[in-house]
Parts: sequence; structure tokens; C-alpha cells
Amino acid sequence: MALFNRKKTCHASQSGSTSCKKTVALVGNPNVGKSVLFNVLTGAYVTVSNYPGTSVEVSRGVTAIDGQQFEIVDTPGMYSLLTITEEERVAREILLKESPDIVIHVLDARNLERMLPMTLQLIEAELPVILVVNIMDEAERMGLKIDIPLLSRKLGIPVIGAAAAKKKGIQEIRRNIANFHREGNVRFIYNKRLENDIEGIAGLLKGDYRISRKSLALLLLQRDDEINGLVKDTEGTYPALEEKVKETIFERRTSFHQDLSMERRRIVKGLIKEVFSAPDKMKITLKEKLSRLTVRPITGVPILLVVLYFGLYKFVGVFGAGTLVDLVEQKLFEGFFNPWITGVVKNLVPWEVIQELFVGEYGVITLGIRYAIGIILPIVATFFLFFSILEDSGYFPRLALLVDRLFKHIGLTGRAVIPMVLGFGCDTMATMVTRTLETTRERILATLLLALAIPCSAQLGVILAILSKAKGALLVWTVCMVLIFIVVGFLAAKVLPGETPVFYMELPPMRLPQLSNILTKTYTRMQWYFLEILPLFILISVLLWIGKITHLFEKVVDLMKPVMASIGLPKETAVAFIFGFFRRDYGAAGLYDLQSKGILGVRQLTVAAVTLTIFIPCVAQFLIMKKERGLKTALLIAGFVSVMAYASGYLLNEFLLVTGIL
Amino acid sequence: MKLSDRAEEILEAMWIAIAEEGADFAEPERIGIDIGDHSYKELTGLALIEIKEGHIYFRHEGREEGRKTIRRHRLAERLIMDVLMIRGEEGDEKACEFEHLLKEGVDTKICTMLNHPSTCPHGKLIPPGDCCHEARKSGDLGVLPLTEFKPKEEVEIVFIQTDDDKKMQKLMAMGVMPGNRMVLLQTFPSYIFRIGFSEFAIDSNMAREIFVRRLQ
Repeated sequence: MALFNRKKTCHASQSGSTSCKKTVALVGNPNVGKSVLFNVLTGAYVTVSNYPGTSVEVSRGVTAIDGQQFEIVDTPGMYSLLTITEEERVAREILLKESPDIVIHVLDARNLERMLPMTLQLIEAELPVILVVNIMDEAERMGLKIDIPLLSRKLGIPVIGAAAAKKKGIQEIRRNIANFHREGNVRFIYNKRLENDIEGIAGLLKGDYRISRKSLALLLLQRDDEINGLVKDTEGTYPALEEKVKETIFERRTSFHQDLSMERRRIVKGLIKEVFSAPDKMKITLKEKLSRLTVRPITGVPILLVVLYFGLYKFVGVFGAGTLVDLVEQKLFEGFFNPWITGVVKNLVPWEVIQELFVGEYGVITLGIRYAIGIILPIVATFFLFFSILEDSGYFPRLALLVDRLFKHIGLTGRAVIPMVLGFGCDTMATMVTRTLETTRERILATLLLALAIPCSAQLGVILAILSKAKGALLVWTVCMVLIFIVVGFLAAKVLPGETPVFYMELPPMRLPQLSNILTKTYTRMQWYFLEILPLFILISVLLWIGKITHLFEKVVDLMKPVMASIGLPKETAVAFIFGFFRRDYGAAGLYDLQSKGILGVRQLTVAAVTLTIFIPCVAQFLIMKKERGLKTALLIAGFVSVMAYASGYLLNEFLLVTGIL
Repeated sequence: MKLSDRAEEILEAMWIAIAEEGADFAEPERIGIDIGDHSYKELTGLALIEIKEGHIYFRHEGREEGRKTIRRHRLAERLIMDVLMIRGEEGDEKACEFEHLLKEGVDTKICTMLNHPSTCPHGKLIPPGDCCHEARKSGDLGVLPLTEFKPKEEVEIVFIQTDDDKKMQKLMAMGVMPGNRMVLLQTFPSYIFRIGFSEFAIDSNMAREIFVRRLQ
């Protein structure tokens, strides 16, 4: 791991450029306004990408101060140098691997006492730290007083009070970045016993590291596997060190974490004495009142229903999948663009076979592009907009705690509600996000449920559009999906071994979403989604075209006829199901076509919609499942889902025939 | 009063037979200690019991001594089984050895530490001591898991009882550590509390492991 070794030359930045730009990393807890500060500092030129080998997003941008270029990196939220989540690991890796020239620790002025231990850790690691005490405006409004110059003297590092959202303190931050030079670090001393333990380990560390030996020793004593591996690789005389670490860990086994935290707290208490003062009585703000309402079941559940009704049904379903699709697909494509492009292609290309490829029944343009832009895009765009607003308002953690008890029954915690809701947008993206769940068991359960019972927005939009025209069909479909979600979730949680996971979550203050933030997020997600689906749609169109001209396609459709017939569907539906193999939304869009042509009755539509919703996840989702969970699990899930889809379709059809409900 | 271990066992058995099961007297066969055992002499010598026709009766002081002895025995059981986590037969044995040490104020300390338990792990009553009465009078609920408190109560964290390092780390990151104060905001469907100016939600499994004391 040469990457960890100290070198003070220009280093290649993550983007691969080898310019001599200085790097500035923003670190800190989640929800302290790091991203806002990042946006203010960098302006428009930002790249957001997944950190290599992870699903964690890291934003990078460039800024010039006094003619000097700086690369700013916005790291994921972290609570401590001792990492638990993948986000924290990524943040720490950026600190260690990219050894930024300046580390800006951003914290929330209102939570100075709770967040300062992290500053201590950064100083202790001998990193080049600047502290930004953010959200000063809110703190002042609450009557909190913070003596910034005194804090700076006590910590021995530059400290700046700021309100990034109001663009306050930005000039000072920029000035401090440009003129940064290390000062003699203040050392914080723990109690004698702890210092002795640290010294015992640190004294045995002979290698060259990017963070101080004291930090390393503490991380080793806290049994950090990653640091242990790093030390193992760097040190020659590892056995002696390992022995010492083991011995000390054993001696302190009963309360090391707690003792260390208590010591840090003691130091912080000393630091903030005279620096921080709060009024005796706190006012309850309107936002807090709203927050209370969202988490109390009696008001929270109705609020959730209202959010779902207006957000998901009215906005995404009716407006996105109805009005917008009508406008783009019907008016723009069918009424205007398709006839025009068909004419153009037919004029340019004399061969009918090639004409078919572009503008035929399964043409790349008339089918592939039309589906992607005309049907899927408006739905996905409205969904991601809705999702980003929820995300930015701080609603998700509240939703998570509201459903935690229920989710425990299906082996998940409330935390899983975020991938589940995202699944209603795009199951593939949601499957990637299941990484944020803590145990493998939770991840597998969430992956299964996403593949099985959560329809993605494109599918959902189309299905809403088709079924809302038939009375009762939508209800039957909804009941089926909810039932399958609950029953399979409940049984899977029983079958899959493992402990009940624990739930804990910080509740950031509710806030009014910022338009620019929402638009950026929506745009980034849509871009990802579109780049993901468009090539696939084109590929499918080409495959279908090949199938058609070779008559292979008709044979497959004929082959599937008995299967379709057994669940009461005409053979034309096979086409939609074959589409569905590639992408569920594509399949749903196929149903949409069939319905417009009047081939399917209400019962048949309902059965087809249920079967298709459960049916195999799209190719992209399967690939992500394989990547995230391994081939074996992915195949098992896919197999199970296929059987479930067919069985549910069969049972539903029989049930509807016997009872004659639809 | 310093009694032999055996004599204490006789008093305990008598307490169960007479005070709890309502008999007028105890019999050596039921106690399981032969009538010829010198511990009986020890007890009669101290005027704690009387033996008439092979029937053993409590005298007034003896009854009181029996009460205290059974209390020590059951407190020892609580300590061994709940805190030291020794269960089953081994737990019973260890408790039997341990109980004889709980004298001269040690029982009061253990009782307070265990927050004045009213029953033993087998569900039998622990006769309350003076410390229990005092605690009840002062209305101090003592140290309890967070799950026992109501919304809006402000508490001080006393200790965290978990053997899971990761959990401990998470709690520390939230500022849940001994000496810190928190305000409980909600208990259903999840526990929500505020420390400083931040709010957190945890499930009941985690709340059960945080032991706190109410602030007046």
C-alpha cells in the first residue's frame, strides 16, 4: 500500500490530471452544509462520480483563489476517523490516499460540542486542518454565542464562522485556503493510562504514514481492520506490534471505546468553556413543530399518505405518466415526429428491410427512441424530481423511523425505506443503494423485494395509465403487489438466517428544499438513468428487428403461446413479456400499446400487469444484482421471481375467473 | 449477628415454608437438614427458633432474620444471573455461595445498584429492605433503561450495557455516553431523543441498552 506513504510532491488527482493543483477536502458529519459550501466555493464546474469500487458519490470541483488553482473534494459524511459505514470509509480513504493539502472540517455551530471530537481527531492525526463553524446564522437566531478567535487559539488552527447557505464567511474561507500554512499543532493529552497505552503502540510503529502514529495507535486499539492491514503491510516487525496491540486490547477490553470517548469529551468540555454559551430556554421553531408532526404515527401516517397521493399518484402518475406522456408520445412522436422521420427514412433508404430497422414496427427510432423519450423520460423525470424534493427536505429519516417497526417484520430496518422508495423510481439504482444497509442479510432481502414487488416509476406510470381506465383493476393490482411484498418479505425474513438488525438514524432539521440543489440532483440522476436505458432500448429494437426479419421472433411468440394461454392471455402479450425481459418498463410500455389497440380485456390486462410487475427485473437490474450480491444469489433471486410471477399470474387469473370480480 | 451458612439455609427454608407457603411450622425433612445437625442448636441458642416435637417454629427475631436472609439470597441471584450473566444450575450454586457475603451494608449497596428489584429471577418476591422503602418515599426511580421513560423527560445517561462494539461506537457518535443529558421526545414507533441540538431515532433494542436516570 504505497499509496498511504507520505510524499510531498505533486500527486495525480483522482481525475487523472497531474497538474500541481492543491487539493482541499471538505469533511464532517452529514447535514452540516458541506455540499452547500462546496457549491459556493466551486461554482459550476463540478463532476459527480462514484468513488472507485463503491456506490458512494464524491463531487469534485475547481476554484481559483488569487490566481492559484485548487481542487475541492466534497467527501461523504463521517462521524469519526473510526469508520462504520461505506460512506465513512470512502471519506477516510480520500484523506489517507489523496493526502489533501488542506482538510476543511465543516461542523454545525449548533452542535459544536458534539462535533468537536472529530476536529480533535483530525488535529491528532496531524492533518492540515481548517475548521469552519457553519450555520452560524441559525445558531445566532437561537441565541447561541461562539467566540471564534478564542476557539482558534485553543485549537491552534484557523477557525472561521460561516453561514454557507447565506454566503457568509466565504471570503474568509477562501483567504484562509490561499494563505494556509501549518502552525505548531496544539497537542491534546488524554489521561495517563490512555497515553501510556498509546505510547506503547506508537513507539513500535516505525513505518512512514500519512497520519500520525498516535492516531494509528488509537485506531489499532479500536480494532480497525483496515488500519491493521495497512500497518501489517508497512511494518517489518509486525509480530511484536501485533502482540502488544492484542495485549492492550485485552487489558482494556471492557470499556476502551467508552473511555476514549469520555476523554475526548473531557477535552472538548475544556475547549468550549468560555467559547460557547447558550440561553437557558430554547424556543420551538415552526420547522420543529412540523418535524414532530411527521414522526408521530397519528399525524405522520396521514402526512405520508398525502405525500404519496400528491407526489407519487398525482404528480408522477397523473401528470408525468398521463399529461406529459400524452403530450410527448402522442402529440409529438405519433402525431408529428414519427410520420415525418418515416417519410425521411423511406425517401433516403430504398430497401424495406433497412427502413424497418429504423422506422418499422420495432424500429430503433419509432419504437426504441419513442419509448425512451416519449414514455419513460417524462415519468422518470417527474419521479426523480419528487424524490429529490423529499430527500432535500429531510423527510426520509422521519419516514424511516415511522416504518421501522413494520420493516422489522420483513427482516429490514427503517433505513431500507430509502432504497425501497427509490425503487419506485428505478429498481436498478435502488439495488445499488442497498449497499448502505448494514448487514448482508438486509441487503439480500432488500434486493429480493426490489426485484419482486417494487415496480419502477416507468412501469408504474404505464400501469397506472392502463389500469386506471378499468374500474377495480388498479385496486386488484395494488392488493396483489402489497400482498406479495408482505408475504414474501415475511417468509424470506423467517427463512434467511441472521439476527434482527438494529436501527439508528440522525434526524437532520427539516428544511425548505433549495431549488438549485433539487435540479442538480434530478439532473444527475436522469443523466445516469438515460445513459443507462437508451443504449439498451436501441439494442432491444435491433434484436427485435433481427427476430422479425428472420421470423425467429414469431417462433418465440408461438412457443410462449401455451404459457400465455395458461394464464388467460392472448399470444400478442408474449411480445410485451419478451420486451419485459430486457426492461420491465419496456414491457409495460408494450402492454400500453396492446391496450391502445384494444386487444386485451380488463381481466387480461390486470393479470398481465401483475405478472409483468413481478416478472424478471430488467437486464440492467440483473447485472447490478450480480455485481452487488454475486452470481449465485442473483440467479436464485431471478429464478424465484420468475416462478412467482407465473404462479401469481396463474392464481390471479383463476381467482378472477371463478369470482368474476373483473 | 453472625450465623453459619447452614443456619442461614435453615432460616431460608423456614421462611419459604412458613411466610410464603402459609405453614405454621417447618419440618427437618422438608428443609433437607437433619434434626441432629448442630445448626439447629445454634439457632435455638440465639433464640431465633423453637423446636417442639420435631416441628420447627420461628420466634419473633427469627422471623425477621429469615426475612433478611431470603432477601440476601434473592438479591444474590439477581446479581449473579442479571449482571454477571451466570445462568442455570451454575447460577443457582454461585448465588448460594455469594449470598453469605451480602452483609453489613453490602446488601444495601447491591440492592441500590440493582435498583431495588422486587422479585428474584425465578419470580419470587424479594422482601424490601430499608433502602427500598426510602427510594420509594423519595420517588427516585433510579437507573432504568431508556424504554421505561416517557416523552419530554430529561435524563442523564448512566451507562450503556452492550457487548457489541459497533453499537457502542454508533451510540458514542450520537453523543450517547455516560454523563451526557438527553431529552426523550417520542417512544413510539421508534425512540426519538435530543442531545444538544441534534435529534436521533433508535429502535427499542438499542433503547433497552441505554441506562439513564431522570433529572429533576
